[in-house]
Amino acid sequence: MSHEAVLHGHESHGHDDHGHHEHHDTFLTKYVFSQDHKMIAKQFLITGMVWAVLGGLMSVLFRLQLGYPDASFPWLESILGKWAKGGQITPEAYYALVTTHGTVLVFFVLTAGLSGTFANFLIPLQIGARDMASPFMNMLSYWFFFSASIVMLSSLFVETGPFSGGWTAYPPLSALHDASPGSKTGMDLWIIAMALFVVSSLLGGLNYIATILNMRTKGMSMTRLPLSIWALFFTAVLGVLSFPVLLSGLILLIFDRNFGTSFYLSDIFVNGVGALSNEGGSAILFQHLFWFLGHPEVYIILLPAMGMVSEILSVNSRKPIFGYMAMLGSLFAIAVLAFLVWAHHMFVTGLNPFLGSVFVLLTLLIAVPSAIKVFNWLTTLWRGNIRFTPGMLFAIGFVSLFISGGLTGIWLGNAALDIHLHDTYFVIAHFHIVMGVASMFGMFAGVYHWFPKMYGRYLNNSLGYIHFWVTIAGAYMIFWPMHYEGLAGMPRRYFDFSIWESFKQFADLNRFISTVSMIVFAVQILFLINFFYSIFKGRKVTVQNPWESNTLEWTAPINPGHGNWPGEIPEVHRWPYDYGKDGHDFIPQTTPVGADETGTH
Amino acid sequence: MTLFLSIAIIALIYVVIFQIAKASEYVSILKGEEASRKQNNKINGFLMVAFLVLGFIGIYVCNKAYYGKTLLAQGAASVQGEKVDQMLWITLIITGIVFVITQVLLFWFAYKYQESDNRKSFFFAHSTKLELIWTAIPAITLTVLVIFGLRNWFFFTGEAPKNAMVVEVTGKQFGWIFRYPGKDAIFGKKYYKNIDPATNSVGIIWDDNYSQDDILTEQTMYVVKGQPVKLIIGSRDVVHDVGLSHFRLKMDAVPGIPTTMWFTPKYTTKEMREKTNNPNFAYEISCDQMCGNGHYSMKGIIEVVEQEEYDLWMAKQKPQYFVAFPEKDPTAVKVDGAAKTDSTTKVATAKM
Repeated sequence: MSHEAVLHGHESHGHDDHGHHEHHDTFLTKYVFSQDHKMIAKQFLITGMVWAVLGGLMSVLFRLQLGYPDASFPWLESILGKWAKGGQITPEAYYALVTTHGTVLVFFVLTAGLSGTFANFLIPLQIGARDMASPFMNMLSYWFFFSASIVMLSSLFVETGPFSGGWTAYPPLSALHDASPGSKTGMDLWIIAMALFVVSSLLGGLNYIATILNMRTKGMSMTRLPLSIWALFFTAVLGVLSFPVLLSGLILLIFDRNFGTSFYLSDIFVNGVGALSNEGGSAILFQHLFWFLGHPEVYIILLPAMGMVSEILSVNSRKPIFGYMAMLGSLFAIAVLAFLVWAHHMFVTGLNPFLGSVFVLLTLLIAVPSAIKVFNWLTTLWRGNIRFTPGMLFAIGFVSLFISGGLTGIWLGNAALDIHLHDTYFVIAHFHIVMGVASMFGMFAGVYHWFPKMYGRYLNNSLGYIHFWVTIAGAYMIFWPMHYEGLAGMPRRYFDFSIWESFKQFADLNRFISTVSMIVFAVQILFLINFFYSIFKGRKVTVQNPWESNTLEWTAPINPGHGNWPGEIPEVHRWPYDYGKDGHDFIPQTTPVGADETGTH
Repeated sequence: MTLFLSIAIIALIYVVIFQIAKASEYVSILKGEEASRKQNNKINGFLMVAFLVLGFIGIYVCNKAYYGKTLLAQGAASVQGEKVDQMLWITLIITGIVFVITQVLLFWFAYKYQESDNRKSFFFAHSTKLELIWTAIPAITLTVLVIFGLRNWFFFTGEAPKNAMVVEVTGKQFGWIFRYPGKDAIFGKKYYKNIDPATNSVGIIWDDNYSQDDILTEQTMYVVKGQPVKLIIGSRDVVHDVGLSHFRLKMDAVPGIPTTMWFTPKYTTKEMREKTNNPNFAYEISCDQMCGNGHYSMKGIIEVVEQEEYDLWMAKQKPQYFVAFPEKDPTAVKVDGAAKTDSTTKVATAKM
């Protein structure tokens, strides 16, 4: 059905409740300043992908330094100029790369790129709404993200370099212009970009919450929502409650940086400058404010992946998700606990030991809902009839990575172990596996699974399989051995280990890790080729419901127009997980409950 | 030229892989979607088990190659560190068991329950009993870990023993400054505005009587084997972190907010050299908190020695007061008999 026909169908039923709706979309209103949630989702996705490539490339560059600290690569100088004099990355450039990699991947890729994409795409389609509660705010959310991207990108080209004090931006390093070249203009731009980003995520988050609560179609009670929607709901709540705290922390930082206040500064003597007049501030205050967002942020990244994985595992196992209510309860528990554990990032800051012990208890408590989720996923696979679509493979990979990375969380959450492992490669291994790679897998799973709905075409399966197997093997080869480096106390954020008697024994391992990381990066390019080729030339989707799934988005036309359903929005009669019930392979949510059906959810 | 050549080769590899993938898609269309899906299922199902087996082999190989290079293999060098290692082992065993069980189940289920015409999926949506089991077991296990952990945590962060030697550690971009309280065992007061990088690197207040025997050293700190050491940690610019991987401890150095940490070293540096078979072994202090461009080079050394050697070393140290005011140093002006009496009386009056 053409876009035009969809619009007319949509109109004739008198459902045009969006005053802004235009009949003749111009290029500008359709592709650029679009208010269609599906187009905004694609904008988030593609911007996120651009950042993922940049951020990934940065990691390849700094891995080059870590793997080959003595080698010189003349071509590096030709692309990085003074940042790689003589073909060797300078410490300054190294720290800028590490910092930007972290910031970009955490916020721009795994927050905006992940929940921005899928909250926008899935919420209206899966709950049965024509669009978001406020399509205009939704559009603003993307454009704030876009401007944040532009500012962040521009900071890479500042003469003194982008911010280089780590993505956590701890003051005084981030507050003092003279403490590091990256703390000059680069840091101001970093703060502005982050502030714009917070605005974007608030506009998005409020919209997602309002839409889920108010715009569900007839029959779609909260407990009939797919778990992907529940996860996105909790994600939005976490974001709305925690991002403002980061913003307030950053505003105080701006004041300390530029207007002579002393929120974070006290008793400081800077080499070459002398004693500063600031007294009475607390550098630790920023860490509290930062991690009050920072820890929920981890779940903002992880929950959407969990939700989509639950959905994809169930669809492709042809089995209901096991323990829907337990899944929901554990999502809720994680969302609540997310706000009560931030200080576990601060066990070694001189925190009151009693306070530390409370945070140990609450942190390890998170392992309980996490364990419930893992066992429920395993039980979902058990006695299923599994179809290995690329989306399903990535969902299974997610569970594997979530287990591996989650278990090391039990090590780090225990303060008595953290006191040794804090800020070592063990931490890098832990959070890259459980949050970075796992959520990336959730994102890939989502892209492979919903690509047919996004573009009306399929991605190439064989490339998807290659992408999955190389990525999961590579991810483990990169991050598994880092645990060993961490157990030796090898610190994070070191430019070069060759002067350290305690850590230099890992030189060959570092080279191995760097080599694998390049291969894994190369395979991601393969995914990009697949993605962009398939948008235009992929195999066309010919059936409305290619995965034989129960959820509402597959009742919409193959290429849904703005408004999603021509005619009435379908009514929902059951939960979305009736797979393999009463001898039926699947029963869509729109099918009324039959008289002879066994107990319904 | 080689750059372009390698780019061309890489591009070619992409094109080849892409073409093969395209071709396989055409083949699958010819074969029919159903048939090709089944074939893909078989391949991926097999790869699931293969990945599981190869993964465990990989873990074995990695462990064989690198376990010996972790500090776990050479043992902790402090009483605290031994407790950390013990905790590491307990946690490793518990999480290791869970890891093996869940990963095996995951990949085995994926392989075993791959799509088959002979099987219908089992409609199994809920079981309160099962869910209670896997809520309770992790909860109990974690309680055990929390109890062990907190007992150690309160020991590590608790009061240092009375006989502990006290050393003040100050981080700066990019090095470490150590201060010993001298004979009176009390540190003189300090104020950061008094800092003078050349003679008074931590900002000691010279008017404070306790300050005049304080000893300052840079980069290397001496402690005594078997005697508890309490570190009073601070920073004069940005946040640093005193990372003692051999002692299994670390603590941030925060400007304006002093922190403390104590430990009891068990082996002298010499003993560790023999123990690790590494003549270059040193107890290194690594900065573990991002502190600027020189972060990676911010190294300090702790020399753990026997008491006699420590006494000898200490005897050679000159109080910083005399470094700052050489004219008041009784040893330096010994040559000049007249000046000597003069300066000692000055010091004596200052002390009163």
